[in-house]
Amino acid sequence: MIVAERKPIQEILSMISGLRKILILGCKGCVTVCSAGSEREVMILATIIRMGRKKKDEPIELVERTLVRQCDPEFIDQLSDSIGQFDAVLSMACGVGVNFLADRYPKTIALPAVNTKFYGVAEEQGVWSERCAGCGDCILNLTGGLCPVARCSKGLFNGPCGGSVNGKCEINPDINCVWQLIYDRLKGLNQLDKLDEILPVKDWGVSSHGGPRKIVREDLKI
Amino acid sequence: MSDTFKPEIIAFCCHYTIYNFARDLQGLTKSGFPENVKIEKVSCSGRVARVHLLRTLEEGADGVYVVGCEEEKCHNGAGSRRAKKRSEYVKDVLLQLGMEPERTEMFFMPRGDEAKFIDIAREMVEKIKALGPSPLRGK
Amino acid sequence: MKANSNLERILTSGQFAVTAECGPPKGTLGEVVRRKGESLKFCCDALNVTDNQTAIVRMSSISGCALLKGLGIDPVMQMVVRDRNRIAIQSDILGAVALGIRNMLCLSGDHQKFGNHPSAKGVYDIDSIQLIQIVKRMRDEKKFLNGEDISGEVPLFIGAAANPFADPFEFRVRRLAKKIKAGVDFIQTQAIFDMERFLRWMAMVRDQGLDKKAHILAGIIPIKSVGMARYMAKNVAGITVPKEIVTRMEQAKDAKEEGVKIAIEIIEQIKEIEGVHGVHVMAVAWEDIVPRVVKEAGLMPRPLV
Repeated sequence: MIVAERKPIQEILSMISGLRKILILGCKGCVTVCSAGSEREVMILATIIRMGRKKKDEPIELVERTLVRQCDPEFIDQLSDSIGQFDAVLSMACGVGVNFLADRYPKTIALPAVNTKFYGVAEEQGVWSERCAGCGDCILNLTGGLCPVARCSKGLFNGPCGGSVNGKCEINPDINCVWQLIYDRLKGLNQLDKLDEILPVKDWGVSSHGGPRKIVREDLKI
Repeated sequence: MSDTFKPEIIAFCCHYTIYNFARDLQGLTKSGFPENVKIEKVSCSGRVARVHLLRTLEEGADGVYVVGCEEEKCHNGAGSRRAKKRSEYVKDVLLQLGMEPERTEMFFMPRGDEAKFIDIAREMVEKIKALGPSPLRGK
Repeated sequence: MKANSNLERILTSGQFAVTAECGPPKGTLGEVVRRKGESLKFCCDALNVTDNQTAIVRMSSISGCALLKGLGIDPVMQMVVRDRNRIAIQSDILGAVALGIRNMLCLSGDHQKFGNHPSAKGVYDIDSIQLIQIVKRMRDEKKFLNGEDISGEVPLFIGAAANPFADPFEFRVRRLAKKIKAGVDFIQTQAIFDMERFLRWMAMVRDQGLDKKAHILAGIIPIKSVGMARYMAKNVAGITVPKEIVTRMEQAKDAKEEGVKIAIEIIEQIKEIEGVHGVHVMAVAWEDIVPRVVKEAGLMPRPLV
């Protein structure tokens, strides 16, 4: 899922400063799973914003709503009747949702309430971590299913750098060295010889470095 | 702060923790429980959501606290521990809003300990008195 | 000869090489590099110029190398893949060769988080092993990564780092083999304090015949103070400093003297190890001590080849 985290309160308050009527828009997709932009988080953020504005004697009118997804025209278009009444929409979806709002409603101010962090997993209740970088050319078949692009701090392709110690990354002892994990896993699978191959330079043209990406499936288009 | 300030405080209290004495609110007051603390009974302190605490403060309460079972003895397992975490969350919100985090607290209490329950309420009243009225009061 | 650098000539003639590290200044004074060069030129065969080491912005390696070249010193240009993509890397290589630089050390680079611009975007377009491949192809086939022709020769003696003290230990030799497969000519290792582990690593290196395929230069760091010994033991990922060495530094009357003594002892032991073809002295912020260490380790005068 896409994992996000709510922005600091003061940052949100300052971006809506002076605005009087706002739609706080949650999303029932990824950000609900990772508890950043669910219906409940919308309720909490609305309360916090009202508190902040009351404190400054600048009351604000907030409408709370949560769409099934903000990344799909079917749902984002549900706002078309009511969106005109708001000074801005404060979206609690990932950056995709904010973009799509801005794409669909040219006259509406679209603001982000969360920082979109990564594609990750829920390691346990309340803990998420990164697994994929969306690089556009998956090599997980070569690395035991563990991704050095997303999980090696230097994105190295051919084994751990000299800073891998006791299974940890040199930049932070809380980060596992993914190359240690890859080594252990391939050893367990009896596939260590895979590591003797030199992985060629990567085509970053199919990642975000090649410009905004698009997929068209003619078989699915109507 | 002037002595005339009478803080308005809401206490979310676990039903199991205060079961034996909370049926008799008048008796509780006679025993010294402050009148300006309003008790909201909940089936478990773990049921008190962040938004309950926040809304209470938004509506102008000067303080809000939660009373739940002792950490390891929660009737529902981890309920009171969860309540503690939510109270910490609300403290952080208050801090970010430039308000005093002490306006919210979580208290663990042995089941049925009326004297402790009264002490907690009085402690909270004193604390909030020292802080003064909530900046959101009457807004 | 691949590049005909002094370092290559020394190593291919079978002599025990000495290289040292020269850290460029956090500023524009070429004089700083020249002064270091002058003080080190007679005690080593080539001088490495670091490339924004520990991700702290300093004068570029390429310009430091050019300054040393002007003094008749054989420079080793260090290049990290942290700060440049494949376009900038190949471009700098062309420029380096034009400036007379003949040795290059291919590195990943310390993560930008450690440096003085921790919020910088790390490039890591390619990794150090892919960099070796690219340089080798530029040199041997006169072709860029994309297959286009390069005009002119690219004579470079290609180096890389190896760290016998990082994990997973068993993979360290495999990784060295990968670097050799990619086309490396010489290796400069991380600083050695844990001799037992280095010996084990070298035995594995010899078992695979890797010492015959690339020249291995063992890394030496003279320890300047007790604080430095403790710091390296605790805080530097990938450097192992055994307790005995920290204790020796702590109990010494004159810590600097003890640091010199330890460095010399380590070099003496390294000279005896089969398959090690030289030492690389990294006297971080203590370059003045290098001539003495080299001399007292019996490695002076440096041969002329």
